[in-house]
Amino acid sequence: MSKNILELHDVSMIYGPVKALQNITLSVQQGEWLAIMGSSGSGKTTMMNIVGCMNKATHGVVVLDGEKISRLNAKDLTAIRRDKIGLIFQQFHLISYLTAVENVMIAQYYHSLADEKEALEALERVGLGHRARHLPRQLSGGEQQRLCIARALINHPKLILADEPTGNLDEANQETVMNIFHQLHAQGSTIIVVTHSPEVAAHARRVVHLEYGRMIRDEVNVECPAA
Amino acid sequence: MKPQKMYFKIILSSLVRRRSRMVVALLAVAVGATVFLGMGAVYYDIPRQMGREFRSYGANMILVSSGADSNLSLAEASRAEALIPPEKLVGATPFRYETMYYNLQGLTVVGTDMQSARKTSPYWQVQGEWPSAENQLLLGTDISENARLYAGSFVELEIVPPRGRKFKKEFQITGVIRSGGVEDGFVLMPLGAVENLLGQPGRASVIEMSIAADSDELTLLAEKIQAEAPGVTPRLVKRIMNSEATVLSKLQVLVYLVTAVVLFLTMICVGTTMMTVVMERRQEIGLKKAIGAENKSIIGEFLGEGLVLAGVGGLLGIGSGYFFAQAVSMSVFGRGVSLPFFLIALTLAASLVVTVLASLLPVTRATDVEPSLVLRGE
Repeated sequence: MSKNILELHDVSMIYGPVKALQNITLSVQQGEWLAIMGSSGSGKTTMMNIVGCMNKATHGVVVLDGEKISRLNAKDLTAIRRDKIGLIFQQFHLISYLTAVENVMIAQYYHSLADEKEALEALERVGLGHRARHLPRQLSGGEQQRLCIARALINHPKLILADEPTGNLDEANQETVMNIFHQLHAQGSTIIVVTHSPEVAAHARRVVHLEYGRMIRDEVNVECPAA
Repeated sequence: MKPQKMYFKIILSSLVRRRSRMVVALLAVAVGATVFLGMGAVYYDIPRQMGREFRSYGANMILVSSGADSNLSLAEASRAEALIPPEKLVGATPFRYETMYYNLQGLTVVGTDMQSARKTSPYWQVQGEWPSAENQLLLGTDISENARLYAGSFVELEIVPPRGRKFKKEFQITGVIRSGGVEDGFVLMPLGAVENLLGQPGRASVIEMSIAADSDELTLLAEKIQAEAPGVTPRLVKRIMNSEATVLSKLQVLVYLVTAVVLFLTMICVGTTMMTVVMERRQEIGLKKAIGAENKSIIGEFLGEGLVLAGVGGLLGIGSGYFFAQAVSMSVFGRGVSLPFFLIALTLAASLVVTVLASLLPVTRATDVEPSLVLRGE
C-alpha cells in the first residue's frame, strides 16, 4: 500500500466572519491524481494555498511528506515549497524578462544550482526545446503553460499542484497539457489539480467536491484513464 | 551554472529588458552624480581659484626687520622668500620709506620695485605711465591735486641724505597713482633711485608678499619663516586673510547645501522609481517566493539592480560632471578645474550609497509580498 504524501486533519480557514474552509479531512496517496472541484467561492484556492504552503490553516493539522507543516514559519514553508512542491498556474506566471530556459533555470537557482542542460531537457520533455531562447511574450498560451509545467517539474517535486491548468487554453492545448499530466502520473508523480471543469476533473482517478468551504463528496472515478 | 552567474543574468536581464522603466532611475542617479562631482570639483578647487582671485586685493604677508634696525636687509628677505614654494608666490615687493621735500613741505617717498609692485598691488590705478628710469616717479593722487602737478610735468624735490649736504633733483612725473589707500599721499619712485640718492643700498622698510594660499597655509609659512630666517619677522595681513576665509567658507557652505539638496532629491527620485517598480512587480515577487525564493534572494536581486543602476548612472554622472565642473569654473573663474581621482571614487561611492539608501524601503516592501497572491490572480 502506498504511503500518504498529504494528510489534512480537520483543517479550517477562517477570516473573521468568513469560513473559507471548514473541517476538511483528506489524505492523498503517493502517485495519486486528485482533482478538487467546486464552483467559485467553494474554497478551492484556499485549499490549494494551504496545501501549497503559501498560507497556514487557522485550525487543524496538515502533514506533507511526513512533515507537519501547519505550524511552520514563513521561512520553513518557503523551503518546503522549494523542495517538495511544483506549482502550475492558470495565469502561467512566467518572468517576462527571462527566456524560456531561464524561466526554468530560475526555479533551479532558488532550489540549488541552475543547470542549463537539465533545463533544456525539461523543455524538450514538454515539446519546447526549439523555443528555449524565446521570451514568454513570444510564446502561445499553450506553450507558456507547458513552460510553466517544465518549471514546476525541474526540481523533481513530491507533489504537483495545478490551479486551473487549462483555464486559459484552447481545446488543442488543453489536450496537450492533459497528455503531459498523464505521462507524469504514469511516471509516479502525485498530482492535485484544482478545477471547476468536469472535463479536466474527468482525467483524475479521484475527485473531491467542495461547496461553501465544506467537502461534500470524495469519489473515485473508475472510468478515468488514470484509474 | 554558478549561482553568481545566474544572479547577474537575472538582474541584467531585468534591467536590459525593462530598460524603459529603469531609465528614469538611471537618469536620476546620473544627474545626482553630475552635480555631486561638479560641485565637488568646484568645492575642492575654490580655495585655489579664489586664492588667485584674492591676490588682486594685495599682499597677505609682510616682512619687517626683527632687529633693532627698522630696515631689513634684502638679502635676508630673499632667504625668507626662498622658503615659499615658487608656484604659490605671486610676488614680493620691497618698500623703502624716506622723506623728501617739495617747497619745504615733507613728502613720504617710497622706493619700490615697480615691476613687482604691479603683481602684488594689481589694484593700483596709474593714470599715465609707470616709471622706467631713475629720474621718473609716480605721484599719489592727493599730492597731485593739492600741488596741481600732473602726469608729464616735472617736479623738483629737495633731498637730505643722512651724511652730506642736502641737494635738489628734478624728476619727471610719469603718472598719478590712485589706490584708495595710503599710496594716494605718497611719491613712488624706483628703489634704485632712492638708494642712489640716500645711500644704504640693499635695505627696505618692509617687503610685501602676495601668496596664493589659505589662512592655514599662510600661518604655517609664517612660522617657517620665523624659524628659518631669523633676520626678518613675518606678519600676516589679517584683514585680507579673514576676508578670504569668510568668503571661502560661505561659498563652501553654499556648495555643501546645493550638493546635499541634489543628493536628497536624487534619493527621493530613485526611491520613488524603485517603489513603483516593486509595486509593478508584486506578481513576479510573489511567483519567485512561490517557487522557493527566500526574502534574502528577493532583497539581493532588487539591491543588485539598484547597484548596477548606481554604477552605470554614477559613471555617466562622472563623465558629465567633469564637463559641468569645467563649465562652472570657466564661467565663474575663467580657468579650468582640476579633478582629483579621489573625487571620482567618492562620486561613485556616493551614487552607490544614495541608491542603496533609496532602495531600502521599496526592497522591504518587496519582502512583504505574499506568495499566495499569484494564485488569486492579482
